[in-house]
Amino acid sequence: MSSELSVDHLLGIKYLKPEDIELIFKTADHFKEVINRPIKKVPSLRDITIANLFFENSTRTRLSFELAEKRLSADVINFSAASSSVKKGETLIDTVNNILSMKVDMVVMRHPNPGAGIFLSKHVKASIINAGDGAHEHPTQALLDSYSIREKLGDVKGKKVVIVGDILHSRVALSNIFALKMQGAEVKVCGPKTLLPKHIESLGVGVEMNLKAALEWCDVANMLRVQNERMDISYFPSTREYVKQFGLNKKLLDSLNKEIVVMHPGPINRGVEITSDVADSEHAIILDQVQNGVAVRMAVIYLLASKIKQ
Amino acid sequence: MLQSTNSLMSRKVLLDSNQIHIILHRLACQLVEKHTDFKNTVLVGIQPRGIYVANRLEKILKQEYGLKDIKTGQLDITFYRDDFRRGEKPLEANKTRIDFVVEDKRVVFIDDVLYTGRSIRAALTAIQSFGRPSEIELLSLIDRRFSRHLPIQPDYNGRQVDAINEEKVKVSWEENDGEDAVYLISK
Repeated sequence: MSSELSVDHLLGIKYLKPEDIELIFKTADHFKEVINRPIKKVPSLRDITIANLFFENSTRTRLSFELAEKRLSADVINFSAASSSVKKGETLIDTVNNILSMKVDMVVMRHPNPGAGIFLSKHVKASIINAGDGAHEHPTQALLDSYSIREKLGDVKGKKVVIVGDILHSRVALSNIFALKMQGAEVKVCGPKTLLPKHIESLGVGVEMNLKAALEWCDVANMLRVQNERMDISYFPSTREYVKQFGLNKKLLDSLNKEIVVMHPGPINRGVEITSDVADSEHAIILDQVQNGVAVRMAVIYLLASKIKQ
Repeated sequence: MLQSTNSLMSRKVLLDSNQIHIILHRLACQLVEKHTDFKNTVLVGIQPRGIYVANRLEKILKQEYGLKDIKTGQLDITFYRDDFRRGEKPLEANKTRIDFVVEDKRVVFIDDVLYTGRSIRAALTAIQSFGRPSEIELLSLIDRRFSRHLPIQPDYNGRQVDAINEEKVKVSWEENDGEDAVYLISK
């Protein structure tokens, strides 16, 4: 196995090779041990400066990246579009180049436009990590999801994973499909027909319209959030109807003749995708996902930083 | 073998398995002399190659001195090294396993070859993530004296070796390399 990533940026899972994912996970294992020490910080990146550029709201991802950067001793600057000169009409490249002229080595960016990270990587001199670009990709979320499956079930290969809910608007779903397929898992998607993209089968995933059947089939259920903020039209008649057909509750979970692992990328709409008793049950690994997120992001940042030449 | 495959390299035996056996027993004896019952002492093998020395010493201390409760850990220093992004090859991490309290303990670092001292400098920083030891000592199987970049010296020393910088000292272990031996390899 190589000890170096094949890429200089993390723009999406589809640009990675299976060996890259393996290297990230192996490195994340070490960082998971580090963040459980009494002193959770290593000095590796003390000469690296990282800018977190968030052109879209985020709690978990921004905090997780910031914590990962600080645990590696990088210098961190934070930028959110709401309080910046973007409002005055500055272009993305100008904004980023101004930040880079302050000697920044790496940019972590979330942006509402799909492909924003790819665009940036072609025009500025810095290592770019995509922290979510529109409905395109959210690679670190997919990595931490796979890492959590690997931790819980020993391996991703050969596992059956169903992704439930709003697939159409979900960068998490797309990145997860790429990551899971690359590691040899079987993937199905399940949700209202209006929220499943046309031709999704061409990515090599199955489609299941019935939640109970999907759950009976799977080892892991990844329950996505209904992204009301991205819905320009009505995709299903009512939240109540959505819950009835695609919501996961304790009764449904107990009616299965097998144990499954329940995941959720957060933030949870409690009582919509999953009920509180499921979210807080021993089946759910939602909080493990959050802890693993820091370790996986440390691994990604560390491995990309090691490719930045002095 | 090496000589036949690569005519530019030559290899000299510095220690054979018998000599290593004697040295390890002497080092174990010196540790007991200082630490007696090991109640307040922990052994920490430095990854990747120091762990073999640490495991051997633990075995001797248990078998020959009847010390049942020896605590041995493994410390990886990759993330504390001072040459991150400076070398040709990326640094690869190894497993750290410290499943005991380090606070107020007497820590003995154990490594196979003491060369520039930079690994030990990194280890001194790394161990602090686990607490504040009351004291830290260094045991090294081979001491390449005159090659130090930092003011670091071993407290317990297997064998001193005078080697020039172009030469490499390689310690082989039966459990990993099929034999116990120390070689001086020159290009």
